Amino acid sequence: MSATGIGASVKRKEDFRFLTGRGNYTDDINQPNQTYAYILRSPHAHAKIKGIDTAAAKSASGVVAVFTGEDMQVGSIPCGWGVNNKDGSPMNEPFHPALAQGKVRHVGDQVAVVIAETYSQAKDAAELIEVDYEELPAVTNSEKAIAPGAPLVHDDAAPNNMCYDWELGDEAEVDAEFKNAAHVVSIDLTNNRLVPNAMEPRAAIGDYNKGTGEYTLYTTSQNPHVIRLLMGAFVLQLPEHKLRVVAPDVGGGFGSKIYHYAEEAIVTWAAGKVRRPIKWTAERSESFLSDAHGRDHISHADLALDKDGKFLGLKVYTKANMGAYLSTFSTCVPTYLYATLLAGVYTTPKIYVNVKAIFTNTVPVDAYRGAGRPEATYLLERLVTKAAKQLGMDQVAIRQKNFIPADAFPYQTPVALQYDSGNYEATLKKAMELSKWDEFPQRKAEAAKRGKLRGIGISTYLEACGIAPSAVVGSLGARAGLFESANVRVHPTGSVSIYTGSHSHGQGHETTFAQLVSETLGIPLENINIEHGDTNRIAFGMGTYGSRSLAVGGEAIMKALGKVVDKASKIAAHLMEASVEDVEFKDGKFTVAGTDKEVDFGTVALTAYVPHNYPHETLEPGLEENAFYDPMNFTYPGGCHICEVEIDPDTGTTQIVGMTAVDDVGRVINPMIVEGQIHGGLAQGIGQALLESCEYDDSGQLTSGSYMDYCMPRADNLPNFMATTESTLCAHNSLGVKGCGEVGAIGSPPAVINAVLDALHELGVEDISMPATPQKIWQAIQAASMPAAAE
Amino acid sequence: MYEFSYHKPSSVADAAKAMGSADDPKILAGGQTLLPTMKQRLASPSDVVSLRGCRDLVGISSDGSTLTIGAMTTHAAVAASGDVQKAIPALAALAGNIGDAQVRNRGTIGGSLANNDPAADYPSAALALGATIVTTKRELSADNFFTGMFETALEEDEIITSIRFPVPQAAAYAKFDNPASRYALVGVFFAKTSDGPRVAVTGASQGGVFRAKDIEEQIAAGKTPDSSGIAENSLNADIHATAAYRKHLIGVMAKRAVAAAG
Repeated sequence: MSATGIGASVKRKEDFRFLTGRGNYTDDINQPNQTYAYILRSPHAHAKIKGIDTAAAKSASGVVAVFTGEDMQVGSIPCGWGVNNKDGSPMNEPFHPALAQGKVRHVGDQVAVVIAETYSQAKDAAELIEVDYEELPAVTNSEKAIAPGAPLVHDDAAPNNMCYDWELGDEAEVDAEFKNAAHVVSIDLTNNRLVPNAMEPRAAIGDYNKGTGEYTLYTTSQNPHVIRLLMGAFVLQLPEHKLRVVAPDVGGGFGSKIYHYAEEAIVTWAAGKVRRPIKWTAERSESFLSDAHGRDHISHADLALDKDGKFLGLKVYTKANMGAYLSTFSTCVPTYLYATLLAGVYTTPKIYVNVKAIFTNTVPVDAYRGAGRPEATYLLERLVTKAAKQLGMDQVAIRQKNFIPADAFPYQTPVALQYDSGNYEATLKKAMELSKWDEFPQRKAEAAKRGKLRGIGISTYLEACGIAPSAVVGSLGARAGLFESANVRVHPTGSVSIYTGSHSHGQGHETTFAQLVSETLGIPLENINIEHGDTNRIAFGMGTYGSRSLAVGGEAIMKALGKVVDKASKIAAHLMEASVEDVEFKDGKFTVAGTDKEVDFGTVALTAYVPHNYPHETLEPGLEENAFYDPMNFTYPGGCHICEVEIDPDTGTTQIVGMTAVDDVGRVINPMIVEGQIHGGLAQGIGQALLESCEYDDSGQLTSGSYMDYCMPRADNLPNFMATTESTLCAHNSLGVKGCGEVGAIGSPPAVINAVLDALHELGVEDISMPATPQKIWQAIQAASMPAAAE
Repeated sequence: MYEFSYHKPSSVADAAKAMGSADDPKILAGGQTLLPTMKQRLASPSDVVSLRGCRDLVGISSDGSTLTIGAMTTHAAVAASGDVQKAIPALAALAGNIGDAQVRNRGTIGGSLANNDPAADYPSAALALGATIVTTKRELSADNFFTGMFETALEEDEIITSIRFPVPQAAAYAKFDNPASRYALVGVFFAKTSDGPRVAVTGASQGGVFRAKDIEEQIAAGKTPDSSGIAENSLNADIHATAAYRKHLIGVMAKRAVAAAG
């Protein structure tokens, strides 16, 4: 292993820039003659717009223009994934306007845009816009939304507020397994709605050059090429060669910056109208009201087991809240990123899943760190622990009995996926060892002496990431491919620029990808630059989400590097007057076996660009290669998370006293970055389990719309993590890598809740919903200790 | 934020003058509530009179029986003050746990008391310790100062100059944080004074900080405090806590405060 190659904990190259305030975020960019946009948003969850009077706003100080939905007649903001109903008919896909067309459907829906010389002027003028609303009853809960008589979010475009009623598997076949079952264990649970809260709020700058007819959009995106496609082709009808999308430094996304948002289309379209650049930056309150939210599932599940605790069949019924409109990937989250994961790490032979996707008067819901997989894992791992309790089995033993064995790969699940590698027993054993699982009873007894309730919880999880084989997702309704592109440009003096379609918004690509180059070409990290985030500079890119950057984007880089080494070997062979078959390349040097001939990589690079002595008859000058990589399969990280908590029964407060994560993420390129990713994922998973809750009141107002009410995890909520990896290699990519960005958020919530319930078990508490706040725990203790009500 | 005229007088006398001549003025102390409120456009004063230049409002002194803190003294300064730590360590600890470091470096004791946020920490200390609030016009006892949620006996142009705390025999503050905001979901300040126990509760009531006389009597009678005598319908209920949970926490925090005071 070289000091800067694969496996080295190199410090992040980008951190100097970020930590010293030298990042270049969208809001840092200013264009000559720039104006500012303020978006007027709906204060109502559901209302008809009977009229909008913008006259006073238009004549206010500094105002350049005011536009409403009537002015902005453009295409629907598209959904990127079509899902079919049980009966094969397509889902309901109502029009999604950039600016409201006659109706608003959630608090925060865009009603008008004011463009002015300063942001304050735009905001002042927006107060002068008179919108005549006719308020309508609202519905925010997915179960209530499909009840008869519920307010209709999209009227006739989505009867019963149904987007789709989808299924996977054969319900009758699974029912047959239930007839043979010795035990059936059932669970009802809610996966709580979350607000993503990237540190950098969304921002966008639209610009139009009348001289060239070109539009430019700077935006806080995880995937600028996808935005160019969605906005250009579907919303504004702008061809790729006349639309440049730049996503510069981006301060966190967690999924929320994948999607094409109305504000991007508004500033781009309006820049063409006012012929000046327009900047919009969200205030934090707007982030709460307009960034796509995450999760929000209500589920019922039944697990059939034989007399020994072997799983026979699983049935899951889920209602997924889509919010008011279909965000870009919203429809695939509760289906292809959720239902297909419900085998988990277990050999359950028959599985049936029914998912109803439902419109409500809330902010649209889409993928958030883990996307579908945390929901599947939470359901499964709560259910398995409940089954152990119900059957009187050990919670570890019931898992081991049902694990897919390490020698069973490739393993075909009943829910479409074929796992390529894994060793669930190994990650379980290591996590139990590191958490000192066996000594838990002593720790519990010691805590009891201090008046604390101590509990331990486990989750053995799996996820599918490295998203994804284009052919597979295409057959499942994806309206795009999910490959990645890379370009390796070797400069004449031997330094290298990599142009990648992946996008880094905190993941450390500039370091990890550079390590791949350093390892392959034997050059130091400081001679390597990773370029990303600009559709005019990068050939193409599908972006970063679903833990795909290394497994897909990194593989594309490796493929292009392979081509560079091939060509460089030919140049080296020419220089050394040897046959290319005899040339070896190692540590940045080309040698000829059995001789002392040697030429270094820099000399070969210079020769490629100063081709005086060069095989012109067989090779073109220059040293630059492209590659596109489309994976053969998803990758399947998995592992074991163990959480230990102490609860203060007087107040209901939970303190996490131990959090052990042993993850199989495939080959690790930079252990420090992987550990950082896992820490971040665990923090968000713990946030979901104990702290974060997005709450709407009955009228559709977001009651947790600021940090005064929405509880983000802070350092003192978290223990010191014991996080490590225990990997098997991915079987279908050259690096053997799987992905690490989401595992923390996927595996941890059920481990935390199982630990809380374990602590409360002695008091008779059997269920708690996320987030398990002190109040909820106190109430559960109160309810369990009340004498049974007279019947 | 709407436009406003900004004044930065260098003495409290000049500040009072500026207040008197403005149309709809607001006093700016540390700005930890006023500025966010203005940024959200929920307040639109014509004039903002900053006390930041009034050095006569800053400082801490102690004569053994009385601790005096200038109104513009920051939470961080109170927390770090040797005088406060010696005279009323519970007050230093309370100040050191308000908000976060940035808030503590800007926020002031006078601003906190004048704002009388129902979930703020300082009002419970002032009330339980029987503090005297000294203003540009008069001296008010804490018992008469807090008149309701975000309401005090202060007149429009009246400025707090200092707060005098009689040094108690013992005191402690037990706070249960709102998990999100870290304001007090329930905070109980207990002081053992020569006139008997005094207990003030913040965070819990619709009316803001209040004295829990029932609990004071329990303590005086040597009983373990409990909150059974608190009327649940007088307490706050929101997405973080029901009135029942707040009532329960008052009992738990009272017990903890008494135990901590020793």
